[in-house]
Amino acid sequence: MIKIRIKRFHAAREPQSLEQEWEVKEGATLLESLTEIKCRKDPTLTFRSGCRSSVCGSCAVRVNGKEVLACAYKPKDGDLIEPRRFAPLIKDLVVDEKESFRTIERASGWLERFDQEAVVTPDDEKRTERQSDCILCHSCYSACPVLEVNPAFLGPFALTRVWRYVADPREGDSKTKIDTIQKDGVWDCTLCGECTMVCPQGIDPKNDILMLRARSTQMGHSDPNMGNFGSFGLDF
Amino acid sequence: MVDVLIIGGGGAGLCAALAAREAGAKVAVLGKTYPTRSQTSMAQGGINAALGNAEEDSIEAHIADTLKSSHGLGSEERIRRLCENGPDAIAWLERLGTPFSRIEGGKVAQRRLGGASAKRACYAQDYTGLKMLHTLYDASLGRGITFYDEYFMLNYIVEDGRVLGVTAIELGSGEVKAIGAKSVVVASGGYGGIYRGFTTNSSASTGDGVAAAMRAGAVLSDMEFIQFHPTALKGSGVLISESARGAGGYLLDSRGERFVDELKPRDEVAAAIWEQLEKEEEVYLDIRHLGERFIEEHLPQERKLAILYEGVDPVRDLLPIKPVAHYTMGGIEVDDRHMTKVEGLFAAGECANAYIHGANRLGGNSLLETVVFGREAGESAAAFAGQNGDRVTASSVQYERDRAFVSAVAGFTNQIDFYEKRDFLGKIFYRNVGILRSEMGLKGVLAAVRQMQKELPFMGIVDKSREFNTNLTEFIEFGNMLELAETILVGAIGRNESRGAHRRADFAQENDEKFYGVHSLSWKEDGVLCNEFGGME
Repeated sequence: MIKIRIKRFHAAREPQSLEQEWEVKEGATLLESLTEIKCRKDPTLTFRSGCRSSVCGSCAVRVNGKEVLACAYKPKDGDLIEPRRFAPLIKDLVVDEKESFRTIERASGWLERFDQEAVVTPDDEKRTERQSDCILCHSCYSACPVLEVNPAFLGPFALTRVWRYVADPREGDSKTKIDTIQKDGVWDCTLCGECTMVCPQGIDPKNDILMLRARSTQMGHSDPNMGNFGSFGLDF
Repeated sequence: MVDVLIIGGGGAGLCAALAAREAGAKVAVLGKTYPTRSQTSMAQGGINAALGNAEEDSIEAHIADTLKSSHGLGSEERIRRLCENGPDAIAWLERLGTPFSRIEGGKVAQRRLGGASAKRACYAQDYTGLKMLHTLYDASLGRGITFYDEYFMLNYIVEDGRVLGVTAIELGSGEVKAIGAKSVVVASGGYGGIYRGFTTNSSASTGDGVAAAMRAGAVLSDMEFIQFHPTALKGSGVLISESARGAGGYLLDSRGERFVDELKPRDEVAAAIWEQLEKEEEVYLDIRHLGERFIEEHLPQERKLAILYEGVDPVRDLLPIKPVAHYTMGGIEVDDRHMTKVEGLFAAGECANAYIHGANRLGGNSLLETVVFGREAGESAAAFAGQNGDRVTASSVQYERDRAFVSAVAGFTNQIDFYEKRDFLGKIFYRNVGILRSEMGLKGVLAAVRQMQKELPFMGIVDKSREFNTNLTEFIEFGNMLELAETILVGAIGRNESRGAHRRADFAQENDEKFYGVHSLSWKEDGVLCNEFGGME
C-alpha cells in the first residue's frame, strides 16, 4: 500500500478546500484507486471518468503539478492529486470545462469549406495524424502559463485543431481559419512547450502554433508585438 | 424551444443532429458527458462500406455477410438500406473532414475484420471512432447546434403517447430541469455496463436512455443478445481491437497452440475461448510475428494499454486475454423511420434495435449504423417536428415527479451499499448471462435482480450535496441497469435455443422452427414488465 493526497473542494462545506490522505494499492492506476476510494470508503469523492483506456479524455488531473490521465498513471507514495487549472472548480477534481471547450468554437476548429477537388495522399494524412489523435482531455490547457495572464487565450488544443484543418488538403477556405486565430491566438503563445510536455497523445501544439504563424505571415498577418517595437521607433 | 432534441452526443447522436440541422431544424444535443467522451471514441476497427478500394467488394457481399451473421434476426430490407448507403456515408464523413487512413492515390484505406468476405472497414489507424466522433463534434459546433453538456437525462415527458421533451439533472448545479422539444432522438448508447468489470465499455454505458424509453411506453427487443469481444485484457477487460487478429494475430492456448480460426465471427471465437477458460486454461493473443514496426504503426493503442494494465509488451510477449461484453444488439424497437412506439420519439445507434445486427454484430457495422441510421433518424425527427410542431406540454407532472424522486433519494436509508451490488451484478451476469448460459443460472440471476430491485429503497447515497453529485447519478444508473437486467434475463430464459451470441448449454442448437425471425419483446404496462416473443407461431 502507498499513500496519496487528494486536494478536495466543496463550495458548501467549511473549510471549502482540504487535503486528504488515502491508502491505495501500489501498481493500480490512479483511476482505479479513485474508484476504489469512492466505492469502498468515501462515496462523496468526485471525479470524471469514462473509457479507462485513454481515449475519452475525461479523467485528466494534476499529479504533483503535472497533468496526467488518471487512467494511464500509476501513483507513487506521497503523490498530490489536484484538479486541472484555469477552469472554475465545481467539486473535488471536477472543474467547469464550459469555457475551455468553447475555445474550439471561438477558434472555428472545423472544416470551413470542403474542397471537392482535393486529393488526400497518405503523406497528407500522415502530416496531421498526430494532431487528430487529440482526445480533448484539456491537459495542455491546464499546463499553459499564458492562460494565467490572458484568460481569453485560445489555448493549445484549439489551435492544434485549427492547424489540423488548415493543413488538410480538403480545406477550401484556410484564409478564414487563419484570420480567426490572430486575436488571443497564435501570437500570444510564448512557445514555452509546457503543452507538449504534458500531452498524453504525444501531440506538439507548440509546433502547430509555429506552423500557423508561418501560414499567417504568408497570408499577410504579422506579429502584433513586433509592430509595437517598430512604432516605438526602435529602428533608429 | 428547439425542434429536435437529441439525447446522447456520440456518433449516432451527432449524425442525427447534423442531419436534422441540414433539414433546417433547430437542434440541441443533451448528454451526461461531453460528446467527445462518448462510447464512440473507443471504436477502433473501422466503419464498413463496400468501396472496393483495397480489393474487390460489392454491396451484395456486404449484405450477405451481415445477413448471415444476424442468424435470422436481421431484416434483409433494413440491412440492404444500411449497406447501400455505406459508400455515401463515407463520402459524407469525407466532406466533414474525417481523417481516414489512405492508400496511394488518395483513396480511403480499408481492412478486413472478422466475418467479412472482403477488406471493407475504412479506418483511421486504430482511432477510427475517436477521429470520426471529434470531426462530427467540430462540424456540429460549426453549424450552430446547441449543446446541453453534462445533463443527466431522467425521463421523457410523454403526454397521450407523444413525446414533448425530457427531464434531466444539470450536473453542475444539481438542478432538475425540463427541456421541451417537438421531437426527440434517443442515441444514448448500449447497456454493456451491466457487466461491470467484464466489459470493454465505458463506465457510462448504463442504458439510461433505453430504460427510460421502456418507462415511457416504448418496446424493447432482443435484449438477450449481447456480443462478447473475444480479446480483452485479462485483468481489466480493456479492449484489444479485432484488427490485431485481422492483421494476422493468433490465439493460443496454454500449450501455445492455435485452437480456433481467429477470423470467424465474434460469437464463435468468444465461445471457443470460453471453452478453454472453463477448462482452467489460459488464452493468449500472439502478435509478436507482426513485428515492432507494424505494431507501432497499426496497433499503438493496444501496445500502450497492454503494457499499462498487464505489464506485457506484445511485441515481445504473449498477451493474456479473456472475452468480455462489448456490444448490446438489443434495444429500442423502431419502425422504418426509426420512430419508437412513442410518437415523436426516435432512436438510433446502439440504444436502438434496427434489426441490422440480429444475433451477432459484425465489426465495422456499428459505426456505419450510427452514421446511416443516425442521419435518417435526424431527418425523420426534423420532418416530424415540422409537421407536428404546435403541441406543447399541458402539465408538469413528469417534472414534479422526477424532482420529487431526486430529493427523495437523499432520504433513502442506505443500509445496503449499491456499489457492492453493482459489482456483484456484473460478476453474476458475466458468469451466468455471458457467453454460455443455462436455465438454472439465468433463473438464479433473475431472482437476485428482482431482489435488488426491491432493495433499492434500502440502498441510496452518502453524498447529499447538489453540485456534480456522481454518487446520485451512479445510483440512478444502477436503477436503470436493474430495470434492463430483468428484460435481458426474461428473454434469455424464454429463448431455449442457441442463436448467435445467445448460447445455451442446455439447448445447444439453433431452433429455426420455433425461433427463426422471432424477436423477444419487453414493455411496461402500468409499471409492470410484460414480455412476449413477437412473430412466434
